[in-house]
Amino acid sequence: MTSVKTESKKDHPWLMRTYSGHSSAKASNELYRTNLSKGQTGLSVAFDLPTQTGYDADHPLARGEVGKVGVPIGHIGDMETLFDQIPLGKMNTSMTINATAAWLLSLYIAAAERQGVDQAQLQGTTQNDIIKEYLSRGTYIFPPEPSLRLTTDVISYTVNRIPKWNPTNICSYHLQEAGATPVQELAYALSTAIAVLDAIRDSGQIKADAFANVVGRTSFFVNAGIRFIEECCKMRAFAAMWEQLTRERYAVDDAKMRRFRYGVQVNSLGLTEPQPENNVQRIVLEMLGVTLSKKARARAIQLPAWNEALGLPRPWDQQWALRMQQVLAIETDLLEYGDILDGSPIIEAKVRSLIDGAEAEMQRVHEEGGMIQAIETGYVKRQLVTSHTARMRAIESGDLKIIGINSFTETAESPLTAGGDSGIMKVDPAAEREQIERLNAFRAARNAAEVEAALNNLKDIASSSENIMPASIRCAHAGVTTGEWSRVLRDIFGEYRAPTGIDIAALNLAASDTVDSLRERTRKTGEELGRPLKILVGKPGLDGHSNGAEQIAVKARDVGFEVVYEGIRLTPEQIVKAAEEEGVHLIGLSVLSGSHLELVEDAMSRLGELGLSEVPVIVGGIVPPEDEANLKTRGIAAVYTPKDSDMNLIMADLVNIIRESNGLERYGALH
Amino acid sequence: MLTSSTYPDPDTLAAAVTERERPALAKALNLLDDKRPEARRRAARLLRLLPHERLYASGHLIGLTGPPGAGKSSLTAALITIWRKRGLRVAVLAVDPSSPISGGALLGDRLRMFSGQIDNEVFIRSLACRGEFGGLSAEVWPMSLVMLAAFDIVLVETVGVGQKEIDVSRLTDTTVFVAQPASGDSIQFLKAGIMEVPHLLVVNKADLGLAARKTLAELRATLKPALHESSWQVPALAASAAQGTGIAELADGIDAHRLWLLEQKQLSPRRKKFQAEWVLKRLGEEFGRFGIESLGGTSALLMELAEAGSSPFEQYDAMRQRFLSNWNAPQRERLKCP
Ligand code: B12
Ligand SMILES: Nc1nc2c(ncn2[C@@H]2O[C@H](COP(=O)(O)OP(=O)(O)OP(=O)(O)O)[C@@H](O)[C@H]2O)c(=O)[nH]1
Ligand SMILES: [Mg+2]
Repeated sequence: MTSVKTESKKDHPWLMRTYSGHSSAKASNELYRTNLSKGQTGLSVAFDLPTQTGYDADHPLARGEVGKVGVPIGHIGDMETLFDQIPLGKMNTSMTINATAAWLLSLYIAAAERQGVDQAQLQGTTQNDIIKEYLSRGTYIFPPEPSLRLTTDVISYTVNRIPKWNPTNICSYHLQEAGATPVQELAYALSTAIAVLDAIRDSGQIKADAFANVVGRTSFFVNAGIRFIEECCKMRAFAAMWEQLTRERYAVDDAKMRRFRYGVQVNSLGLTEPQPENNVQRIVLEMLGVTLSKKARARAIQLPAWNEALGLPRPWDQQWALRMQQVLAIETDLLEYGDILDGSPIIEAKVRSLIDGAEAEMQRVHEEGGMIQAIETGYVKRQLVTSHTARMRAIESGDLKIIGINSFTETAESPLTAGGDSGIMKVDPAAEREQIERLNAFRAARNAAEVEAALNNLKDIASSSENIMPASIRCAHAGVTTGEWSRVLRDIFGEYRAPTGIDIAALNLAASDTVDSLRERTRKTGEELGRPLKILVGKPGLDGHSNGAEQIAVKARDVGFEVVYEGIRLTPEQIVKAAEEEGVHLIGLSVLSGSHLELVEDAMSRLGELGLSEVPVIVGGIVPPEDEANLKTRGIAAVYTPKDSDMNLIMADLVNIIRESNGLERYGALH
Repeated sequence: MLTSSTYPDPDTLAAAVTERERPALAKALNLLDDKRPEARRRAARLLRLLPHERLYASGHLIGLTGPPGAGKSSLTAALITIWRKRGLRVAVLAVDPSSPISGGALLGDRLRMFSGQIDNEVFIRSLACRGEFGGLSAEVWPMSLVMLAAFDIVLVETVGVGQKEIDVSRLTDTTVFVAQPASGDSIQFLKAGIMEVPHLLVVNKADLGLAARKTLAELRATLKPALHESSWQVPALAASAAQGTGIAELADGIDAHRLWLLEQKQLSPRRKKFQAEWVLKRLGEEFGRFGIESLGGTSALLMELAEAGSSPFEQYDAMRQRFLSNWNAPQRERLKCP
């Protein structure tokens, strides 16, 4: 009998990060320095939505969004402030940036140069995966083709000049957050990798013998859900499939270059508003999925906080999340062993079935004409919406149990949310005004001629096939703003609106009595009002959280409403105009980015101007209780948040709100 | 508060629609959609009060049809941009299928029709086809009329391949069929005579290159012998909504057909004929073939209706009345003496 070696050299702990940034570069810099002093080993920058979608703080579309969900970076001055006293030559910085990745990386390089650091020394990551933006994350700007060109420009540039940079993080994280199953996550992430790597190979920017470096620098950003055994198998499947793909399709000989390197944020979609303390258990268990198997262990982890579904985390909440990682890595014996799952036939069989499923789905994408085509035709998005709808129906029927949502719902009052701040972080409303003031001062102080010359150069390069990076770095040094850089490219590349994916067939599920009676209510109310009930679901502002709007739209269709939905990122003006033209009985606005007060106020005053004040308006999304009260005083008929997870009840409510606003009597409770 | 029994005043509404006021048009469309008897009466009056000339003798009513995803909405957006540059006001009726299970519908065409700028001279209304499978919903005709009263161009988008899009060609002045590159379906349907020949054919997504050129060539070959019913030579064009190419030519082609109709003095007779067909179809739904026969038969009725010159609802109500009095009188008598 041979002795099995159970102990090996202790594994290095993964990089521990906290995804953060808010209000201003200065405030975020302070936060980063505190986090680093607490033992965090890398930085993960969250940008605000205007920065992510290429608008300056004073753009009309930025209203209400500046400094809310991340840090506003408008120019090199902001970037320098963000990393004040943080030596960029030593830091490992991950930036969640996509459509404007080339620009933010340029600002980062320029800021490093001003710190006296050569770009070749920089370490870190730009997310730079535009494909999942169309499918889930929503901060795309340009059509797929020019977007992919920007992606490949960043990759080629860094592989040639910044050898330790991870130029792209192919993301399956966001796909799971939009409802993807493990098989879909594998299939679509790897199909995305193929689209990107093929594009680089075909761009001619990389010499054939350097292509292995591109593959080696390609990393992934993956999700880990609560079914942690399956998730662990998914990671092993990823590693195996990537190894095979890079060997066979891209002929990479060096095994080190074929290693599947990935970072993780664990699942947040399943984190609940009711009994939010349970989220801590969920997060810890999910972390096991990506750490148990040494062979497929994450390189970097960032965790959400217990109050994920309530609003933005405060520093203490983030500290708690960081400590979860530290306890696992430092106190437990996890890192002392080799791969503890090797040799398990159960694990092996599960991995095999995931791989088989993923290969079949990759074949489907291939038949659609590849990932880009499958985005444009809406195929992949429809698959995701279908999966998410199936999940919602399973929660509805009780087949999928979630503690606090559809089982064990009784609870004592939670002390966690009892504080004066309701347990979440509030961004100072003055942040936007102050950012605009700083922006104006910056604009006034720069050399206008240099800015113009740099922008003209950018224009020429963008219209050519040359790499966009050098021209962008020149813009960064010249003092070009985020909005100006993006404007030039918008003019040349055009803008894009992605398919919504909601045009899926009704799932073939036996309708419950509840659904039947809802349909009857919808139909009858339509008859009483003379025409079928018609609603508009609108997503105002820069918010890309489409799940809620999509699910509400599909559900409403399935109980008999006629539903107008035009996708994300519309102005209140566009939404109100559509409501007028469509003659809807009700308007539902969905806002999860925290800018609900500004956006709703805007929409309501426009409705008043058009004489549409009688049309009831409801709001859904992340709305803290005190804001809910505020919205209701402005005439909002109802507010729904993640705790309202029973969509049948929401639908029954919508019918009643329409009845009431038309002078009909309300129906009683649904049975 | 608005109550279910508040109906708009048709006289005020008609005046405002004639003045091309947007809120009035929105209300008028709601009223035309409203099935309650009182709403129907007011809708009939509304249509009667609208300028007859705009409804039946001028403007341009265009049908855009083709398979799902061919790019009808994207082409509409591109056409709107051109029409607006030419100073024309545009209204769109976008028709989407209803779910047979729930009766609900997802109306998503607007997403692709937005050209980037808020423009009050463009008006888009989505409509579910509500159980009229393979066809247009009954509301399309009256809604098109009220839109014609306020806009220069009214475009109706419907999904359809083969037999299904025939409906829209029995409704509009000019029917445009949008073909999908590399999909042989439309050609097969044309060849087999299953599909009524449209007035214009356009292969969209010309930016895809070879596949689009091939489809265009096949369509042209198929069309050669197939003149339209009435000596109108059907053009087959290529366009790319994505890149904005071929759009001006398409707009020109569409307008050429309008001019041709005017020259042939067909525009107005066609609209009246389509209205008559619409009325007849509704009567047929209610009273069946027997009902139509008892009213004098299809061709006689069509002729009578096309000459009547009143609104579709009035025509329908008059015929209905005639049928009921023909039919009910003796029946009532019978009921009285068991
Ligand atoms: C999934 C998710 C994502 C996905 C979104 C995928 C997608 N396509 O939707 C991804 C990973 C892409 C994502 C990204 C980001 N996210 Co996020 N995300 C979430 C998460 C975990 C769940 C939201 C969700 O989809 N729930 C499921 C759906 C079905 O529920 P729902 O939308 O709440 O809808 C229900 C009700 O609210 C209501 N409702 C909602 N809308 C409507 C409309 C109508 C008409 C009606 C009747 C009802 C209704 O009914 C629904 C049914 O119950 C939340 C936290 C949480 N657990 O809630 C954070 C959260 C919303 N995200 C947040 C942030 C900050 C971001 C980022 C902006 C981070 C950044 N700086 O880059 C990015 C960028 C996104 C963008 N472009 O705007 C914050 C927002 C903070 C705030 N408001 O103060 C949250 C609260 C997390 C947190 N605590 O920080 N996110
Ligand atoms: N390559 C290319 N794609 C196009 C073009 N026009 C439209 N598309 C794409 O084709 C898809 C469908 O476009 P739509 O305009 O919604 O097509 P539609 O015919 O209105 O679709 P339905 O109303 O759903 O039947 C979208 O993804 C468009 O981006 C084009 O000219 N070239
Ligand atoms: Mg369409």
